[in-house]
Amino acid sequence: MKRHLATVLLSASTLILPATLWAADPAAGAAGWTKEYPQADGSAPRSCVTCHGRDLTQPGRQANTGKVIEPMAPSVNPQRLTDSAKIEKWLTRNCRWTLGRECTANEKADFIAYIKTQ
Amino acid sequence: MNPFPLKSVLTLLLTGALAMGTAHLAFADDDDDDDDDERGREKSSLFESRQALAPAVNATYSQECGSCHMAYPPGLLPPQAWAQIMTPEALANHYGDDASLSEELRTEISTFLGANAANVMLQMVPSGASNAGAASSLPRITESVDFKREHDEIPARLVTGNPEVGSFSQCNACHRKAAEGNYDERWIDIPGHGPWKD
Ligand code: HEC
Ligand code: HEC
Ligand code: HEC
Repeated sequence: MKRHLATVLLSASTLILPATLWAADPAAGAAGWTKEYPQADGSAPRSCVTCHGRDLTQPGRQANTGKVIEPMAPSVNPQRLTDSAKIEKWLTRNCRWTLGRECTANEKADFIAYIKTQ
Repeated sequence: MNPFPLKSVLTLLLTGALAMGTAHLAFADDDDDDDDDERGREKSSLFESRQALAPAVNATYSQECGSCHMAYPPGLLPPQAWAQIMTPEALANHYGDDASLSEELRTEISTFLGANAANVMLQMVPSGASNAGAASSLPRITESVDFKREHDEIPARLVTGNPEVGSFSQCNACHRKAAEGNYDERWIDIPGHGPWKD
């Protein structure tokens, strides 16, 4: 419980200065992006690909509603990764939904480092 | 242990009692119920009321609650339904998704929804055995009697069986001008089917 809180506090403060302070690893982020998490209830395994797709320069599709998601790659969508509150909000939601738990500060930094390279 | 159930029961009872007073305005069975209605021709159903169908005018709401599906017209659910949807617990477990918000945004949006909610009690259909789970017991526009009455002739293959629609919750998949609050039949175009003729 204590540790969990510490992680939350830590990640909240580190995300404002993403990637740089941590030894953020784009390769680890890339691996995490496609890693599938099986679901106990027999529904389809979940990953970041489920909604954002494998090619970050292409639009994705919100798996639960079908709504189109604009490309995640900053190279084609310069709006991406420009708002730290937005990043934090979506990483919290998407990690919980995909992994079934919140991501650690390291995991988040890796994801962001990976997205930045796209 | 958990103070919420008792509190929400109380809220429901209270709002239910309050709503009874006004319910006849919107749910009278005949169209000609214009006796003491000061606003003139109030339509018989929430789903025929321009006011209820008007799109949201709050930028925070439109952005935060419009990122996964269209931002639903606040006037289509009563205040206590929005309050139920907007608790931190419900947002983290939002119809099978996670829509959690910072406390600041949550308060802002709750206030907006409370002030723009339906001014009558929607007759929610009691949830059946199939959707008894905690996550699925959140109120739905698409479960209301009014909604079902308007949509009961549309076969499932055009909705859940239609990958371009998915569910009735995707109003804008069929109502091409839903974002403007226009649900007129003229602007209905069901993907893979076309306009609706009945
Ligand atoms: C259930 C669908 C879904 C899944 C699965 C999902 N996301 Fe997302 N994600 C979204 C949506 C919707 C947005 C907001 C889209 C928008 O702003 O256009 C978003 C936004 C983001 C953002 C914010 C980008 C910005 O605008 O700056 C990041 C970062 C992100 N997702 C990372 C991830 C990662 C990492 C995973 C896997 C752990 C993941 N997402 C899985 C739906 C999903
Ligand atoms: C992370 C994605 C996401 C976000 C953000 C989100 N929703 Fe939803 N919402 C969903 C999904 C998924 C459904 C279920 C759709 C279905 O059943 O097809 C849903 C359904 C609903 C419904 C029920 C629709 C019906 O069937 O009548 C309401 C009401 C609703 N959302 C309100 C909100 C509000 C208010 C917000 C902003 C606080 C919000 N949503 C933000 C994903 C989201
Ligand atoms: C699968 C396509 C589809 C979806 C999704 C859908 N509708 Fe409809 N809707 C229709 C059709 C078709 C009609 C006309 C039904 C008839 O006349 O028998 C209709 C009628 C209506 C009407 C009455 C319009 C009028 O002028 O009489 C309203 C209001 C409405 N829908 C609102 C909504 C809302 C709000 C949602 C989302 C919560 C929604 N609809 C989702 C297809 C859809």
